[in-house]
Amino acid sequence: MKRFAALIDRLIYTRSRNTKLALIADYLRHTPDPDRGWALAALTEAFDFPAIKAGTVRALLASRVDGELFRLSRHFVGDTAETAALLWPEPASGSAGRPVLGLSETVETLAAATRSDAPVVLASLLDRLDADGRYALLKLALGGMRIGVSARLAKQAFAQAFDVPVDDVEELWHAIPPPYGPLFAWGERRAPRPDLADVAYFRPFMLAHPLDAESVDLADYAAEWKWDGIRVQIVRSGDRTRLYSRGGEEIGAAFPELVAAFGRHAVIDGELLVRGDTQGGDAASFNALQQRLGRKAVSKKMLAEYPAFVRVYDLLDLDGRDLRGLAWTERRRLLEAFAANLPASHFDLSPLIAASDFDALAALRAGARDAAIEGVMLKRRDAPYVAGRRAGLWYKWKRDPLIADCVLMYAQRGNGRRASFYSDYTFGCWNDAGELLPVGKAYSGFTDEDLKWLDKYVRDHTTDRFGPVREVEKTLVLEVAFDSVHASKRHKSGLAMRFPRISRIRRDKPAEEADRIATLRSMVT
Amino acid sequence: MTGHWLEPHPHGLYVRPADLWIDPARPVDRAVVTHGHADHARSGHGAVFATPETLAIMALRYGVDAEASHNAAFAYGEGFERGGVRFSFHPAGHVLGSAQIAMEHGGERVVVTGDYKRRHDPTCAPFEVVPCDIFITEATFGLPVFRHPATGDEIAKLIAAVRAEPDRSVLVGAYALGKAQRVIAELRAAGWDAPIYIHGALERMCALYRDHGIDLGDLRLVADTARDAMAGQIVVAPPSALGDRWSRRLPDPVTAMASGWMRVRQRARARMVELPLIISDHADWDELTATIAEVNPRESWITHGSEDGLLRWCELHQRKARALHLVGRDQEEGEA
Repeated sequence: MKRFAALIDRLIYTRSRNTKLALIADYLRHTPDPDRGWALAALTEAFDFPAIKAGTVRALLASRVDGELFRLSRHFVGDTAETAALLWPEPASGSAGRPVLGLSETVETLAAATRSDAPVVLASLLDRLDADGRYALLKLALGGMRIGVSARLAKQAFAQAFDVPVDDVEELWHAIPPPYGPLFAWGERRAPRPDLADVAYFRPFMLAHPLDAESVDLADYAAEWKWDGIRVQIVRSGDRTRLYSRGGEEIGAAFPELVAAFGRHAVIDGELLVRGDTQGGDAASFNALQQRLGRKAVSKKMLAEYPAFVRVYDLLDLDGRDLRGLAWTERRRLLEAFAANLPASHFDLSPLIAASDFDALAALRAGARDAAIEGVMLKRRDAPYVAGRRAGLWYKWKRDPLIADCVLMYAQRGNGRRASFYSDYTFGCWNDAGELLPVGKAYSGFTDEDLKWLDKYVRDHTTDRFGPVREVEKTLVLEVAFDSVHASKRHKSGLAMRFPRISRIRRDKPAEEADRIATLRSMVT
Repeated sequence: MTGHWLEPHPHGLYVRPADLWIDPARPVDRAVVTHGHADHARSGHGAVFATPETLAIMALRYGVDAEASHNAAFAYGEGFERGGVRFSFHPAGHVLGSAQIAMEHGGERVVVTGDYKRRHDPTCAPFEVVPCDIFITEATFGLPVFRHPATGDEIAKLIAAVRAEPDRSVLVGAYALGKAQRVIAELRAAGWDAPIYIHGALERMCALYRDHGIDLGDLRLVADTARDAMAGQIVVAPPSALGDRWSRRLPDPVTAMASGWMRVRQRARARMVELPLIISDHADWDELTATIAEVNPRESWITHGSEDGLLRWCELHQRKARALHLVGRDQEEGEA
């Protein structure tokens, strides 16, 4: 438990991705089974201890600490697990001698707890730990570490620790339950690669490069629309159906209707979208889809208001036969036959774009106004399905970005290498009353030279400070490029940009001539 | 009524019979100053009564003329009488020269702690318990979440972090008066005898500490040092310099911060600190409550900080207490 607590502590304060990878990899290499497996499960939030909730912890604290002091402390600290870890009375000298449980014993103890004995179980664990240990324990017990480690990062750390391909780790991950004994045995070359027959495992996605060539020959490349949803993979094997997101995380619980509607032993690759009324029942914008994302469970109301479907564009496995080695043309032929038998309520086929030549395709792309179209995909007809990004096989050719002239309002210091630079910019546009309202935030798109210039500008034109944030004079115009803009209740301007980045610094342009909110609103899809 | 001759005002404590103020936040004719931090010591007073060290610090920081005849210096244990009030100065253990002020009047003794701590500090005299009727205590860390770990463990953490990354420097943010010198002195005590590199803003205060007999070892200015020479070394700077352009002259620095606030992870993360060091010059919760119990006053008056928490503790322990709401105490961003 001590090593695990130390790892959590280091990860919390580490901002560099490479350092996080190194820390986790080092832990995985030097910690025995099954502790390291449980740690990995904790980092990827694969745990749920149903008997232990935040209320359990609060009630437990109330039995040891004055309620008013807890309330004042919770208010100051802002997080129940951390408040409890700090407040928990240090064990009396008698119990300090009791051995600290290892991580795996701790996990087993938590898993065995019932609703009635959970407070006693938790108290006895807390009594054996110091403040860092108590914090790690409570984060583990309550779930939701929120320490800036994604499942993807944890898998990469595993790959780095044992020098194995991350794609293999992705495939094996969902096939082996925590504490992942066979995975470590394979990583350490002590056992062969585990057999995945009859397991609904995740296949790493084939990814696209941005199109950088002037054109490609459509005799070699097929064109499809690039849909503005989320990339998903549906896998059915044995009697299990699983829905995976782009990062290999299982999201089936949020989309039960899709899982229920997919009955054939197969693996498909496609885009998850929701239907919108304004689109006449066709795919709505990403904004509508966002209502369904990030949920552990879904209400009937959500299911009715934002019905989801998958627009399929590839077939990776059929009846246990791996199709990934086949050329795209062949997979497409099998996909079309397969998709014809899928329930139309929840699945449709992503159509090919019929264009006589590249110029005609460019014209179609320029004219596309569909809310759910983000651009064009170009797929090499003779290419197999390979994990990751390979040169020359798949290209994404996004629609030209939208552009707005905005006024810099606030700047925040960055992380890591950018820790001494004001590198995150919040900018706004004018409303009808002549007020500037924030419309977005960007931290990319500029060169190192631009960054130095902007940093100096921010320091020289600061009007107010709020911790790491500075408010600046509203005089600098930034040309902002963005993929789309949507209505949003979260922002005072009522708008939210998708993937905004700074495309140019408009030193020449007076702030009064920056764009108006009304202009941006007219771009909403 | 107990302590009726004292008037707590938002900007300081007024001692009516003596017509003087303790730690006033604005210029007054006569001020007793507990220690040199900016939220207690201000410029522009007519006369200042303080320890010799505090007067020297005020001379350095605020241009107070320590030699002027209207100012008066008192060593620990010494004091003066004015308007029927007997004043004396006692070590508070907070920073060099920091004092508690004891006052006797009409058969009552009142002690004002100023800021204080109970644990060992190689740069100043240890806190002295002065029994009294009214104990006016600070409460910066007046919540039970604040328990500072052993200083030696935090210093060991710092040294381990430097050794773990020989290509980087560790930049420690530490308040320019007190904390910076204490961190340096603790490092020396732990056997770190390599040069320690300092920000220019610390130079004069470190020299003042040296002049008062506190050995800080080999200190060098960052400004005079080549970037590569600071790899694998410790650099100390005021907290405001951590995210400043100044830090770009260091080799890929690890950002550390020495403060009692570092106990709360979310606070440390919000300040973008990578290496939090829980080293404080203020009493933690256990020290605050143990001190009240030890001094055992008839009444406790609680100022600047988390008054509510300490007030609640007094209530739970059947101790008479009240909160004084003094302004100008910069607890969030200030020294702690």
